[in-house]
Amino acid sequence: MGNRTVIPFGPQHPVLPEPIHLDLVLEDETVVEAIPRIGYIHRGLEKLVEKKDYQQYTYVAERICGICSFMHGMGYCMAIESIMDVKIPERAEFLRTIWSELSRLHSHLLWLGLLADGFGFESLFMQSWKLREQVLDIFEETTGGRVIFSVCDIGGVRKDISAETLKKIDNIMNSMEKEVKEITEVFLHDSSVKMRTKGVGVLSKQMAFDLGAVGPMARASGIDLDLRTTGYAAYGKINLQPIVEQDGDCYARTSVRMREMFQSMDIIKQCIALIPDGDIKVKVTGNPTGEHFTRVEQPRGEVVYYAKANGTKYLDRVRVRTPTFANIPALLETLKGCSLADVPILILTIDPCISCTER
Amino acid sequence: MDQQTIKTISAGELLSETLRLKNESYRLVAITCTNKDGMELSYSFEKNNDLLTLRFVTDTEEEIASISIMYSYAFLYENEIKELFGVNIKDISIDFNNTLYKIPVTTPFKKKEGEK
Amino acid sequence: MSILSMSKTLFKNLFHGPYTTLYPIKPKENFERTRGKIGITVDDCIFCGMCERRCPTGAIKVDKSKSSWSIERFQCIQCNYCNEVCPKKCLRMENQYTSPANEKARDEYIKCTNTQSPSE
Repeated sequence: MGNRTVIPFGPQHPVLPEPIHLDLVLEDETVVEAIPRIGYIHRGLEKLVEKKDYQQYTYVAERICGICSFMHGMGYCMAIESIMDVKIPERAEFLRTIWSELSRLHSHLLWLGLLADGFGFESLFMQSWKLREQVLDIFEETTGGRVIFSVCDIGGVRKDISAETLKKIDNIMNSMEKEVKEITEVFLHDSSVKMRTKGVGVLSKQMAFDLGAVGPMARASGIDLDLRTTGYAAYGKINLQPIVEQDGDCYARTSVRMREMFQSMDIIKQCIALIPDGDIKVKVTGNPTGEHFTRVEQPRGEVVYYAKANGTKYLDRVRVRTPTFANIPALLETLKGCSLADVPILILTIDPCISCTER
Repeated sequence: MDQQTIKTISAGELLSETLRLKNESYRLVAITCTNKDGMELSYSFEKNNDLLTLRFVTDTEEEIASISIMYSYAFLYENEIKELFGVNIKDISIDFNNTLYKIPVTTPFKKKEGEK
Repeated sequence: MSILSMSKTLFKNLFHGPYTTLYPIKPKENFERTRGKIGITVDDCIFCGMCERRCPTGAIKVDKSKSSWSIERFQCIQCNYCNEVCPKKCLRMENQYTSPANEKARDEYIKCTNTQSPSE
């Protein structure tokens, strides 16, 4: 038995987008155990419901995270709409779906860039983020902001997209498909990328189920778990198949996210073809009473919103359980047995979004 | 969200109900705590898009058994509830002892009326 | 297994110019819907205070006795909620951002109730 040393990883590290701390227990360069420590971005957002009323809280909810910002706002609005029994117009459902899938596309492109940066492939990182700029320009043109949209509201959406802009988005999707294909060829077939990701951090199907993994982390190990099949928003009207791989290593997780990007572009084109005309918002009056659980599929996995209201304009409780919170135990399990140089790649494969985790 | 059911149980039945759900291969989704008329704990489980929630009301003195022996990843949720709400959960598999978030105030969610 | 898989992209980039704009030498043109900052036509304002009550950050302050409407520029999150609830529709969202500064600034707009031209 070799000597055991404890090395602190984080909170500041070049590969981490947000601070998280891990104490790695090493035995001669192989990691034996990892103890997490989170809490660097805890802002107490769940306690803010006592001071902001339920309509002002939409703006707080979408600022929980910068990358998955639209889906936080949408999940909160869906929870309040289910409590108040409000049915939103069909055009608003399709618009929400289009913005959700664009969010997923930009989040996966961001993650691909970070992964390439993680093993030192800087030019691939720059190319991925260059493609992401086109998606951010679509956001600014339709909603007014690149990262925080402020476009989802209780009862529908605030802004409409005109028919010419929809046609423009369609053309951009077609041209982006060719450009993204060039990048993904590098990720899937380049020998240096394959050597760093194949066989690293294997998570078997039984372990992934026992540890409660969600999102692409679970789908890469063979578990068929995708919340979009439940049919919220407009997902009931378009056809989509969850993307599942069997290997469970880093290469499989990269491959799942890449195929999801192409699937997102396809879903956006389907939505643009099917979108009906009509209103975008329904007027909502009164205060909510009751409680509801809402589950939405974010780019990182399954997020659960729980809202409880008591008839006044201040809510009793809002609880957000984000996917990174559920993937941390799976991360700790994959870290056992890997070598020290693989630790940054493994942390990046769960797609950590720590500001979501700690609200 | 095909189906959502909330089942009220007593604090003593928690372990037996959780064991029954684990044998039927439900997966634990979230543990929620609300501070209204006592501490209301809700354990949410899911299988095939059906959400089942076990709920009971307790206070900060009563000892609640931890379910981390059956669902190992429940330790994160239980540590958070123990630190923010002050509910007395014992025998968590990895116990951070109120240092998970390292907030300067102890149990901020407990005193709600004074906050407002 | 290929080694030179990026060569096609690299070759294209050799002959293409830079993909970025030389900001701030060349100004960036914002889109029409960009949420930059809030502007007001203070002559139409009736100082009801709806925008002050609804603002999520508390950046707007309305004083009916002095006929003044003021906004703390760096506290505003450009969410556009004040614009939606204003009964006289005197607020609008402009698409230029507030320029960076060294200190926090509160912009005040006063409505003149006499016959002179309004001051800003």
